[in-house]
Amino acid sequence: MDTFALLAHGLGGALQPMNLLYALIGVTLGTAVGVLPGIGPALTVALLLPVTYRFDPTASLIMFAGIYYGGMYGGSTTSILLNTPGESASIVTALEGNKMAKKGRGGPALATAAIGSFVAGLIATIGLAFISPWMVKFALSLGPADYFALMVLAFITVSAAFGDSALRGLTALALGLTLGLVGIDLQTGQARLAFGIPDLLDGIEVTTLAVALFAVGEALKVAGSPTEAEERIEPVKGSVWMNREDWARSWKPWLRGTLIGFPIGAMPAGGAEIGTFLSYSTEKALTRHPEEFGNGAIEGVAGPEAANNASAAGTLVPLLTLGLPTSATAAIMLAGFQQFGLQPGPLLFAANATLVWSLIASLLVANLMLLVLNLPLVGLWVRLLAIPKPWLYAGILLFATLGTIGANPSPFELGMLLVFGILGYGLRRYHYPIAPVVVGLILGPLAEQQLRRALAISQGDASVLVHSPVAIILYLIAATAILLPVYLRLRGRGQVLAQMAADED
Amino acid sequence: MSAPITPRRPDRAALLIGLGLAVLAAVIFLETRAMPGSGQYARVGPATAPYVLSGFLALLAVGHFVAAFRHGLPPREADRPGPMLWIVAGLVLQLLLLRPLGFSIATGLLFAFTAKGFGRGQLWLTIPVGVALSLVIWLIFAGLLKLSLPAGPLEHLLR
Repeated sequence: MDTFALLAHGLGGALQPMNLLYALIGVTLGTAVGVLPGIGPALTVALLLPVTYRFDPTASLIMFAGIYYGGMYGGSTTSILLNTPGESASIVTALEGNKMAKKGRGGPALATAAIGSFVAGLIATIGLAFISPWMVKFALSLGPADYFALMVLAFITVSAAFGDSALRGLTALALGLTLGLVGIDLQTGQARLAFGIPDLLDGIEVTTLAVALFAVGEALKVAGSPTEAEERIEPVKGSVWMNREDWARSWKPWLRGTLIGFPIGAMPAGGAEIGTFLSYSTEKALTRHPEEFGNGAIEGVAGPEAANNASAAGTLVPLLTLGLPTSATAAIMLAGFQQFGLQPGPLLFAANATLVWSLIASLLVANLMLLVLNLPLVGLWVRLLAIPKPWLYAGILLFATLGTIGANPSPFELGMLLVFGILGYGLRRYHYPIAPVVVGLILGPLAEQQLRRALAISQGDASVLVHSPVAIILYLIAATAILLPVYLRLRGRGQVLAQMAADED
Repeated sequence: MSAPITPRRPDRAALLIGLGLAVLAAVIFLETRAMPGSGQYARVGPATAPYVLSGFLALLAVGHFVAAFRHGLPPREADRPGPMLWIVAGLVLQLLLLRPLGFSIATGLLFAFTAKGFGRGQLWLTIPVGVALSLVIWLIFAGLLKLSLPAGPLEHLLR
């Protein structure tokens, strides 16, 4: 009951003219950047974070909410019209959506993706509003040892569980954790792994790392690739509106996709991809037009798109209530909070209730804006897709370095951008996942803090880590997440896992 | 090279990455041991996590050595170094010239070099375009959004 009042209050804040303007700027920038091929939501958010540096926290986070949702809308446009998914969660959308576009049904495909994203975003954001207070209560009952177990689980699911190689996932995670150690230890003031370099004492910026890995690494990989990828933009012919049959075939997949995607995103496990794959196979099993699957079935666009957006909204549940980022995008959003000295978690709901609820309310606003903006403006977004690669990547690197310089105008920071960019290229070349590095960097220090707090309370007795039932359950889930893929691979089901491997973000 | 890796020949890349991880583990271990007062006043202190991580990295290094002799890393493309070097050169030039020449010139060079890396060759054309574009962006971001972007001779002309 309280939730309604808080949400209404948040809406009151979000609907103020200035805040509406910030949301509008956010969704426009988010869509424009998200639509560019090769840019997923994580990079969209990382590139646009510096734009928000000089605003106050509320305005900045409202703009951020718009960027987050806008980036995802943009990504689905790219995958339908270009068949090169800007983000791994859009792979499934590309399967059917691009086939639809090839048959001249690009308009309805974009429409069902947009309306499905809207429906899913609406339901999932309301779900977020109602689940969060419960999660906060749960979170307040957790001790440091439980938090540590939760973070271990997040590490495992982000890095090892659904990738096609636990070795490579864990290696990526270890690199992130190592980078997280660099700098001054918060509890003792001890400098660690700084090698006497003053610039390293403040630690490594999450945005610098993310932009380097995603933008610089990607640019190097694409430039160096010997195979010129054949890319054809499908023109949007005819009406963008859906006919009666399209509506009849879309609304159930939207709802099912939402129901599948939201819980998966809300769990402290990584990745929107799993939800989209599950939704796709559900629709394939339930459809009355099985012959159309693989040739442009509208259900195959409607369901996964809804699942994708619902799980992206779900990701905000662990992020806001537990301070636990479960995707690269969420990790960068956490960095966005930290730049204002805000630490997401149960205490944020108590100390900054107004801010949290205007953020949640502005997600609703951003969602509506995207629906109104995007379908009429689709012609404009299509033109963005047609930017030739040299200009596209020159522009991406320009903005990538702009953000880095804006955060810290020093050649040293640019040097780190270069070094991590080369690292990002190496990770891509040898098929290591990127997200665990980013999540490890930001979550590693938080996990260490909880571990040391737990051990300080128990005066060094390590058995405190497995004293509570919550912690034991979390460790068991983490163990399953590592062992189940091994078991499946031994049973010859490795193909499924390889398909589910998320190597973009 | 994407040549198939025969079971007899270990995957060189996996061996090298494993070696890199082992070196990283050793560096963390030595650097942490050299930390003043590490491990003296508390059993769990600032040195704990680095030691644990150093062990974890060492394990991963062993994992890579094992993988190198078994199935190796996934097949990879033979990337062309030329285009990548243009981009790296652009980034290096930008970081060297940022302070002396300002944001616009340094970033304009990066822009032109990246385009060159992607096959648009005429530097005499792309450098002025890049510098002009960067100057517009400097005006927006340093002027309106108050980001601190280093100013050089070009930027001073406009102020």
